[in-house]
Amino acid sequence: MPLSKQEIDDLLRLVGLTERTEINCEQCLALVAEFAEQKLTGKSIHEGLVAVEQHLTVCSECREEYEALRRTLNDKSFAD
Amino acid sequence: MGRDNDRWVEDLKAGDESAIADLRDALRRNLRKALSPHPRADESFLEDAVQDSILRIIQRVNQFQGRSRFLTWATSIAIHVAMGELRRKRWQDVSLDDVISDATGSPNFAIDRQATPDAELERKSLRALMERVIEEELTEKQRTALRAELKGMPQAEIARHLGSNRNAMYKLTHDARKKLKAGLEAAGYTATDVATMVTR
Ligand SMILES: [Zn+2]
Repeated sequence: MPLSKQEIDDLLRLVGLTERTEINCEQCLALVAEFAEQKLTGKSIHEGLVAVEQHLTVCSECREEYEALRRTLNDKSFAD
Repeated sequence: MGRDNDRWVEDLKAGDESAIADLRDALRRNLRKALSPHPRADESFLEDAVQDSILRIIQRVNQFQGRSRFLTWATSIAIHVAMGELRRKRWQDVSLDDVISDATGSPNFAIDRQATPDAELERKSLRALMERVIEEELTEKQRTALRAELKGMPQAEIARHLGSNRNAMYKLTHDARKKLKAGLEAAGYTATDVATMVTR
């Protein structure tokens, strides 16, 4: 069955962001805590974390989890 | 509390009860904040998610490399566990057939009403090319998985329906995206062209 116009546009956007090598969700999960802390400092992320940034652009589930993690880190009461 | 990373790892490996209690308190507070936009994440859901997360964190504690604060890492795992469970509950009774035969579009796409006729024409031909590449280059399984993903079905659920696992599913759809990208490039479109055309 054909995709809707909207789905094709969503897919085009995803394809535009696709890289030859990407990390998968499991690899992203292993690195996302370090990535979130680095981002919070406002400094540029180191090379090993670029793949996390790219994964978050193409994976809506990991992006949703990252945003939730950022919510906790931004909170002053982050349990530490 | 005030444990440093090494202390957390040591105490949890030793099964120290006060460390586990502190971890439980911390995860409860962090998950409550993390899941605040999710109405289904009530207190009893949070309790179960915290319990499952603690088991997972203790199992994986050797994988913690000390590259972030321990509690940031532990919270990332707890969020993964809890959101996986929220997605599973939301989708468990939905069949793959129903998802991919659903004719309504995905809801997260903002229609650009400002598009000029030329831009709209360009987009039309790009969409037609994309449809051709999807038909010619992808396998049936890749088409099914991509379509279900575009409909918002979680990867773990798609994997379950297709008798696969999440890592294999990621590889399947990543390979599909690479084939589509190669097909667009062969027709002279770069990733930048595509990005400007669909976001414009
Ligand atoms: Zn992912």
